[in-house]
Amino acid sequence: MKIHWSSAGRHYLQVIAFCCVVAVLTTAIWPNKTYLVQVGYALSVGTITWSVIEFGRYLVDERHCEGGGPGRGHGWPQGWRGLLLTAIGIACGFLAGDRVGDFLFNYRNVSSSRDNTISLVITVVAGAAASFYFHARGKAAALIAKIATAERDAGEARLKLLETQLEPHMLFNTLANLRALITVDPPRAVEMLDHLNNYLRVTLAASRATAHPLAREFERLRDYLELMSVRMGPRLRFALDLPDALRELPVPPLLLQPLVENSIRHGLEPKVEGGEIRIRALRENRAADGLPQIRIEILDTGVGLGTGPPSEGGGFGVTQVRERLATVYGARGSLTLEATAAGGTLATVVFPT
Amino acid sequence: MKATALIAEDEPLLAQALRAELAAAWPDLEIIASVGDGASAVREALQRLPQVLFLDIRMPGQDGLGAAAELADTWPADEAPMPQLVFVTAYDEYAARAFETQAIDYVLKPVQPERLRKTVARLQQALAAQAPAAAAEPAALERTLAQWRQLLAGAAAAPAPNGGPLRFIAASEAGGATVRMVPVDDVLYFEAADKYVRVLTAGHEYLIRTPLKQLLPQLDPDIFWQVHRAVVVRSSAIEAVHRDETGRQHLSLRGRDDRIPVSRLYAHLFRAM
Repeated sequence: MKIHWSSAGRHYLQVIAFCCVVAVLTTAIWPNKTYLVQVGYALSVGTITWSVIEFGRYLVDERHCEGGGPGRGHGWPQGWRGLLLTAIGIACGFLAGDRVGDFLFNYRNVSSSRDNTISLVITVVAGAAASFYFHARGKAAALIAKIATAERDAGEARLKLLETQLEPHMLFNTLANLRALITVDPPRAVEMLDHLNNYLRVTLAASRATAHPLAREFERLRDYLELMSVRMGPRLRFALDLPDALRELPVPPLLLQPLVENSIRHGLEPKVEGGEIRIRALRENRAADGLPQIRIEILDTGVGLGTGPPSEGGGFGVTQVRERLATVYGARGSLTLEATAAGGTLATVVFPT
Repeated sequence: MKATALIAEDEPLLAQALRAELAAAWPDLEIIASVGDGASAVREALQRLPQVLFLDIRMPGQDGLGAAAELADTWPADEAPMPQLVFVTAYDEYAARAFETQAIDYVLKPVQPERLRKTVARLQQALAAQAPAAAAEPAALERTLAQWRQLLAGAAAAPAPNGGPLRFIAASEAGGATVRMVPVDDVLYFEAADKYVRVLTAGHEYLIRTPLKQLLPQLDPDIFWQVHRAVVVRSSAIEAVHRDETGRQHLSLRGRDDRIPVSRLYAHLFRAM
């Protein structure tokens, strides 16, 4: 347990200011004591109440506190624990504070029961108001910290996505192939450059747009596969099948890209003789309730699941596709991966239409 | 001077480009084989015994480093001198950095004529320095092996993981569904099998999926020695080193009856003091 003295100090300064205000009120009720004496009394009550609450909350387990966490200290206790702590603080302040004030200013306790009641009401109201103020501020600070964390996570995820899509090894190998093609087959080099151009443009823009037609998604997959087939030569064969009726269907941009990349990187690239990728989209009715849905299948004849060496960022692509499906389609969007009888992998994406 | 070379590169255009650049930079070099994967590279190299190997690092099946490590063991050093190695890579931060620091030769893709000429000049020099009888000279072989060892160790090293040496290994029992926490202190040796790494203690055998290459940086190098491309052994468990009539070495261990092969690359660890 580590006490945050700087935040405690800040709180105490606010308590002092608050006590000065309360003292104005009490001076109006009991004009027989000077303002300075009233401030003294208010400070005695306020200091005791504050210290009980400020340091008492360290006794409450961190799990029951508002988002404290590293660097932000122990938050405000939640629920009944917070209420109980406030009540104990106010009671201590009321019982001990007046005594301390009497002792400091050498007064004998001659106050009437009516005075006691008023002083109790003032202590309770002031204590509750101050506690509520600190509680609300602590909650707001925790919320702001939470939002900042969420924003940073989102930014990191986007950066990571871009890094996986613009994998340096893929880029430099493509450029090396391009350089080789320029001298031996210029028309094919131009074609390859166009594919690379499209691929880069969409990849860089994908983090901004929210949807594009399925036909464009398939065109971008074709760009990627054409690039890869220049590199892999006869080791890569592919076929794309998109029914005309589904061409305009909006989908999140590059939703399928990571799956096709996985098929190449973990399926076909490690396989000496290479293989084939087939991608197709179709409309169907869900078996369970007959609701219409879109099914997209990415089938490869690669080395299959779980046999390839695990690489850095492994599983990131799949996780990312699942998260995007969940964000856009909720529980009705899904991705399943299965091993095929032929030894390859079948990735199936399903979402409602 | 006439020389022979093998190119191992899985991308056909790049293999073709390298061949063309080599033809310009070294007209006397004869490319006696061009293959697309590590296993074929080893097979062809053993059959044709070229003087120079151009190995792509990333290839399907066995990669370039794996092919080199296998050749280090299987190359018939009494028939031909160990070949000169040149690695070819498009982008491989770790490998490139390792090569840079050890002045080992590598060529970046796309291959640039200027850079390739330097490599060719160095190769020609190295080949010229090889006396015809060098194959039989143990000191020369030892020098080459030391260079290969350094090269493979440097290039294969994964980035060091955070935290100290591994203390426990979560491994499944052979054929079982239970995952056991095996204390590293109990492990006698690790052996890479097909898709797994076998973890062997005095009485048991476990399997893990983490490749040896990734496991190695997490082990204390004073305690665990790599003695073969597929075996890392607890040094204090080694009982004796045996040599058969072909000059091959193997180890016997305290606590297990297995014979552990020692690669030619690591034989220097067991030379009598």
